Amino acid sequence: MPSIPSSPIATLGGRFTERHATRLLWRAGFGPRRDEARRLAALGLDGAVASLTRPQGRARLAGRPPHGADGLPLDPIDVWGDDHCWWLDRMVRSTHQLVERMTLIWHSWFATSIDGATAALMIRQNQMMRARALGNFHDLLVEVTRDPAMLLWLSGTENNRYSPNENYAREVMELFTLGADRGYTQHDVHQQARALTGFTNDWSEGRGPHNFRFDPKLHDDGVKTIFGRRGRFDYLDSCRLCVTHRTHPSFMVSKLWGYFVAEPIPAGVLRALEGAYAHSGFEVRPLVEAILRHPLFYEGDRMVIPPAVYCAGLLRAAGQTVQTNDWAWIGAQTGQRLFEPPNVAGWDYAHWLDTSRWSARLEAVNYALAKTNVDPDTKAYAVHESPTQAVAKALAFWGNPDLSAETSRSLHGFSRQAGRLIHADWEQIPYRAMRQNALRVLIATAPDWQTC
Amino acid sequence: MARPPLGTCCSGFTRSQAMRAALASDRPGGRGWSAREWDPRMPIPAGAGLDRRRFLLAAAGGLVSVYGAGRLGLGERALSEGIAQAATVQGASSPILVSIFLAGGVDALSVLAPTEDPAYRKLRPTLAVAPGQGTPFAEDPRLSWGPAAAAFGQLHAAGKMTVFPGIGYADPDMSHFTSRHYWEVGAADTRLVTGWLGRYLDQVGTADNPLQGLSMDSEMNPTLATAVHPVAAIDRPETFSLWLNDVWGDIFSLTLDTASSLGDAHRRGHDPAMAQVAGAASEVGEVRRALAPFRTADGKAAYTSPVTYPSSATSQFPQRLAGLAAMIAAGLPLRCVALTPETQFDTHASQSETFTSGLSLIAEAVAAFQSDLEARGIADRVITHVWSEFGRRAQENGGLGTDHGAAGVGMLIGTRVTGAMVGEWPVLSNLDANGNQRENVDFRGVYASLLEQWLGHDAASVIPDARRFARYQVIR
Repeated sequence: MPSIPSSPIATLGGRFTERHATRLLWRAGFGPRRDEARRLAALGLDGAVASLTRPQGRARLAGRPPHGADGLPLDPIDVWGDDHCWWLDRMVRSTHQLVERMTLIWHSWFATSIDGATAALMIRQNQMMRARALGNFHDLLVEVTRDPAMLLWLSGTENNRYSPNENYAREVMELFTLGADRGYTQHDVHQQARALTGFTNDWSEGRGPHNFRFDPKLHDDGVKTIFGRRGRFDYLDSCRLCVTHRTHPSFMVSKLWGYFVAEPIPAGVLRALEGAYAHSGFEVRPLVEAILRHPLFYEGDRMVIPPAVYCAGLLRAAGQTVQTNDWAWIGAQTGQRLFEPPNVAGWDYAHWLDTSRWSARLEAVNYALAKTNVDPDTKAYAVHESPTQAVAKALAFWGNPDLSAETSRSLHGFSRQAGRLIHADWEQIPYRAMRQNALRVLIATAPDWQTC
Repeated sequence: MARPPLGTCCSGFTRSQAMRAALASDRPGGRGWSAREWDPRMPIPAGAGLDRRRFLLAAAGGLVSVYGAGRLGLGERALSEGIAQAATVQGASSPILVSIFLAGGVDALSVLAPTEDPAYRKLRPTLAVAPGQGTPFAEDPRLSWGPAAAAFGQLHAAGKMTVFPGIGYADPDMSHFTSRHYWEVGAADTRLVTGWLGRYLDQVGTADNPLQGLSMDSEMNPTLATAVHPVAAIDRPETFSLWLNDVWGDIFSLTLDTASSLGDAHRRGHDPAMAQVAGAASEVGEVRRALAPFRTADGKAAYTSPVTYPSSATSQFPQRLAGLAAMIAAGLPLRCVALTPETQFDTHASQSETFTSGLSLIAEAVAAFQSDLEARGIADRVITHVWSEFGRRAQENGGLGTDHGAAGVGMLIGTRVTGAMVGEWPVLSNLDANGNQRENVDFRGVYASLLEQWLGHDAASVIPDARRFARYQVIR
């Protein structure tokens, strides 16, 4: 077992239960597979967290490989929507769950959209973020800054010594490293833009944008003044100046915390993590390990499960994998089409639901259950199944999730009412089959299941 | 909402759009943003946090969202009666102001272009409207209507448009969020939370007629945010067609009812995440019940227009204007109406594509709307105000686009406008320190003039410090 260093902040006391493990799997992964929470709980807090933050060996994709509705393998580069399905499949099947989840966080953090780049470049960026998912933030920032999809998305290759473009310069401070107006001015934006000049690419019919490179001839090598310091800064200096800025650690720590915990970060925790982060030289893994062990992670308010996590989690819990490209439009309808965040600020994690998105989540449940529904025309279903037995069977299908008393009451009420609709002889089996299918839908769409 | 070509607009713009959408969206209970999500340096849009409830109002032809009804304890019946009463009393007499916001900062130098000006060609080597390409602007021989604004040019030539070629305000703020807020609330005040038309409605409107302030973009337009009286937004036309695998008949209905009642049970719980999901589930039930008797095969509108509106696969704007003309003709008690076309004019890159297709559709739709009103004999009751939060930088950037500017172009359209230009074109030889055109007409003065001359209302009770601003003759 990998070991895990002691945390600079408080850690959860008492026994690490299956409930704790379930929340950990939903927030640091894509939800439990059958029995996974029980097995994880047995590892204890540190063991469970380390199994996610320090996974052993190479990531494997476990389970049936994905394919499209036509049965053909996914083609994430050339088939619309397959990019989404390709990554969703990794979320469902990867044995390195937190790596995928961190990649999703970086995707929203450095939100780049396929609308400004190409599928091939988006997948390339995705692989880069996956490789650096739990690594060093400074290194990640450098890679993002020269990443082709990002260079296209935020006008990096249009930024040259002859006509500085402030697009990336502004975002790198406002959204990626410091926060709006936290210790920089319009002057710094302009000077950063000059420092970031020099990237270019070729374009041709057929190949599209390619040959991304730094061309010194396009770089403004004059003296710039950034955050009051003078020098002939380039893009590497720009990244370094951002991460070493006094406001970066607090931005970094609070933003990362916000992806994992519903409550605002307590001041003492923020201070301790800021210090640890700066001291480590901007390492991400220790921060995540501290957050995943903090009591508020386990005992604080619930969080709405993001749409992509919800879809992947349904497939995991139902023992299914991606077997249709319909998941791409379901992703869009639920409000999280991968590789297409709404804007450069990423998805709004505070507001995932409205009526149409709720309806789309119901659609996702339909798709996740398509292969395991009880056929109402079957002859082989328990003809005497009672309302209580029906609820128990549906709960067991989903691995007996923890449900609130109100939800449990509603399910039993539904089961009894549905039972009262059964009159004729011919209705005995089909209605019980439908009741079972309906109960599974009601569990997976309940507010309990959609939050963790 | 139709999407702009991404990567061309700046984050401040897209973020402000997202935040505003979230504020006004289908969020359960319309709670608005909590303090911890809102960036305190940004002004909170007017009307944020107003309670929002959906009602099926036969008078409005379907489902509308009403803002501010909750604080009055009004239900569907009271609102329907209130609308009917207002329609009788107010009838076909009160003046209507239609506010059309061109979001993102429309490029004034491409709307009215100084095509022969050497400075213009120098500042705009790739984006300049070429000499001879536009239609001459009769009131200033230096200017031509850009090709995308041709339909505006025709309205102007017909004497139905008053143009403000240099509208703005002193100390211009180049943030989309802030500048737009100023225009919406009618003051350079980041803390004001009511719209300028909302304050007018609070004084002249009634407590049971939400149609007096109507947003036609499915979200409440902050310009219309009131403090007292309710206002409404026409909801998204989408219908709900929920289905379940292998569940049908009575059990199907019972299942959906149970899913919604689960929402009802949890939406007032103490856990915010549970409440968010539950609120959505509960609202799905409400909408499903409300729409059930109204579901038609194709859900098409039940009115006909006497004129042809431009058609667009990506924009609902022309159809919204067509619907608006039909509503006015039907005698609905409207006073202020706000629309925001889908096109986003934050053209930092590749300006010509977005600008040309976006603006020409809008200009043609506005011209069709004007013809529609005239054909229906109601044109004398309506003035349309077209505005944007700022103009754009005189010097184009290196990305075939333009950055945020200061003074811009605005216009009033209708049979009752003077048709005489107000202010003058801000010359390119006298740009401000940021390289932007300088304003010579203050938007608050235009608001005050509209209140006094068109709406017959005391401007001082609506516009803070109204006496500080010059008045312009805008109405004949």
